[in-house]
Amino acid sequence: MFESLQSRFATIIRNLTGRGVLSEADVDAALREVRLALLEADVNFKVAKAFVDRVRAAAVGALITKSLAPGHEVVKIVHEELIRLLGGPTRELRIADRPPTIILLAGLHGAGKTTTAGKLALRLRKRGRQPLLVATDLKRPAAVTQLQVVGAQAGTPVYVQEGATDPIAVARGAIDEARRGGQDTVIIDSAGRQHIDEELMAELRAMREAVQPHEVLLVMDAMAGQDAVSMAERFHQMLALDGLIVTKLDGDARGGGVLSVVEVTGVPVLFAGTSEKLDGLEPFHPDRMASRILGMGDVLTLIERAQEGVDDQAAAELERKLRKAEFTLDDFRQQLRQVRKMGPLDSLMEMIPGLGVRMKSAGGVDERQLGRVEAIIDSMTAQERRQPQLIDGSRRRRIARGSGTSIQDVNRLLRQFDEAKRMIKQVSELEKKGKRGKLPFPLQ
Amino acid sequence: MSVFDRLRASLARTRETFTARIEQALRQPPGPEFYEELEAVLVQGDVGIPTTEHIIEQLRARRDARDPAAIRTALREILQGLFGEAVPLHLDPAPAVVLVLGVNGAGKTTSIGKLAYRLRAEGRSVLLAAADTFRAAAIDQLVIWGNRVGVEVVKHAPGADPAAVVYDAVQAMKARGIDVLIVDTAGRLHTKVNLMEELKKISRVIARELPSAPVERLLVLDASTGQNAIQQARRFHEAVDVTGLILAKLDGSAKGGAVLAIGRELGLPVKLVGTGEEPDDLQPFEPRSYVDVLLPEIPGVVGDQ
Repeated sequence: MFESLQSRFATIIRNLTGRGVLSEADVDAALREVRLALLEADVNFKVAKAFVDRVRAAAVGALITKSLAPGHEVVKIVHEELIRLLGGPTRELRIADRPPTIILLAGLHGAGKTTTAGKLALRLRKRGRQPLLVATDLKRPAAVTQLQVVGAQAGTPVYVQEGATDPIAVARGAIDEARRGGQDTVIIDSAGRQHIDEELMAELRAMREAVQPHEVLLVMDAMAGQDAVSMAERFHQMLALDGLIVTKLDGDARGGGVLSVVEVTGVPVLFAGTSEKLDGLEPFHPDRMASRILGMGDVLTLIERAQEGVDDQAAAELERKLRKAEFTLDDFRQQLRQVRKMGPLDSLMEMIPGLGVRMKSAGGVDERQLGRVEAIIDSMTAQERRQPQLIDGSRRRRIARGSGTSIQDVNRLLRQFDEAKRMIKQVSELEKKGKRGKLPFPLQ
Repeated sequence: MSVFDRLRASLARTRETFTARIEQALRQPPGPEFYEELEAVLVQGDVGIPTTEHIIEQLRARRDARDPAAIRTALREILQGLFGEAVPLHLDPAPAVVLVLGVNGAGKTTSIGKLAYRLRAEGRSVLLAAADTFRAAAIDQLVIWGNRVGVEVVKHAPGADPAAVVYDAVQAMKARGIDVLIVDTAGRLHTKVNLMEELKKISRVIARELPSAPVERLLVLDASTGQNAIQQARRFHEAVDVTGLILAKLDGSAKGGAVLAIGRELGLPVKLVGTGEEPDDLQPFEPRSYVDVLLPEIPGVVGDQ
């Protein structure tokens, strides 16, 4: 009953595409399900109604054209409408003609502003820019310290005024500092506030007028419910938002609140936060998100992440080794590390069509299991890693002790490695005989 | 200011529009328009479709509810029935432990500061354990709250094992004869298997070191969270047997109606509500007042009962 929108749509799609002919009643039944799924996904009540009405109009028209696959037609319409709802193609941050570029982050308490500020700083730094973070949350205990810690992790300076009480003065001070110090981007982390708190909303508006940011971004929680719309409308009204950043998308929240905010305010989502790690910020892709909602997976994001995480030379070297069946435990460990560099496993799984939902119901992936495998390999000597056949009973005991695992764990790893190697060998032999042009599985 | 006044004040804004709409709907004998309107009100309060349908079914089955006043009364009874009676914190006999859980940004640390203040005001001695060793400056934040409300904090360095912090805090509690230990944990999305395992470990340490002590495992929910709150409650409950909820940030315009669904499905009571950032902005939950807040108040009928 509480499945995700993704799996709900998957069921609807199966039912629709399983039949050749659709009647108007079929479409109505499907759209009722769509509406329920949207509401369960926290799409705003009114937005869901409008969405379903639009889809119905389009779907009935499509049926009249007597398409060969009416089910696909309806799904296509729902998909297109979702993309439309999520907004056009994403854009990058605007850069000011004359530096510094000023970015103001706003949002409710606990939306994730400070973490997002750090992630943005890291992202900008990776692209050759020099950001300066500014702590203007002078109310919440240790908020300034939090930004300092995050700034240090992102390798970015943090502007702080000791004992300051006026957030606007601090922001101004930071901009002057950036001009003097040659920082080209200033990221202002504001205090969390309720959108119905007139006083604090007025203060934020005054901040906007005082510093004239090039981007005013609302940070919003992917888990937000029905009230997200009135929240975002109020922030938009007071600040004239330029974009949204969605946080905590690595949970199982269905994100309907975000969908609704985009629809009602017309403000695009620029980035999505997808892990607790500082590199967990990705450009937002409406088309991919719509596909994800429809259960089509998010293969493009996965490939992009793989490309960022994997170094080309290492990949080429690995391919050579695989072909020659020289694959050792060292290589195996390296592979493991690269996979882990791509981000939390369950968020990777979710991007693979059909796998995410299934993995969820199987209880997710235990990240620690990978850590154990790595520890076992780490506890071997260099020679053992090259020639695992050397590993006898007493060595196994030592490795298990050294890695804090059991002998069974070590045995299992060696057995799996052996099987993998045998498989690789068979494949390369097949290739030599010219039966296949390519390895049957991707190397990256 | 009573809890009811506080909630009333904090939610006055949204209630006005709902009042007008329900009032309008109730002018006619209960027909499809009325039920549609009721569905809209409940869904927009984040109650969720399944629980909304359950409520409407129950209401339809009430043969006595045929005129507007009787319907309002029946509706109140049904909603209050989903919560049951108010359930106070179970902290006696001392020593007792309150383990505070939740996703990132729900409002755990602030709720703990306020709870410590409240328990101190009741005359209990309180100790805090800074077991959120992950988030930047979480320990500092708790220490500042500790200073503010006059309570000591047991802490390790950032990155330390949270279970070890809890172990030390329990020993300190025993040595000093403290009444209540409140444990702050790192925010975690309920989908992260390994982080949920970490919570179980913390819970085991408490059970082992204080086998007969009352332990409250309170899940903090952000009132602005939608249907995902149900999933959060389910997963946290599976992991550590949650004993109750803290509904935080009820001073916004969101109503946190997902707690009705959680009450119906998991039987978890809301024990405290948070309505601001001041130390005294945390109150025991009263089902009756909350129902008044969720439902439009109609003078002379709903509000004054």
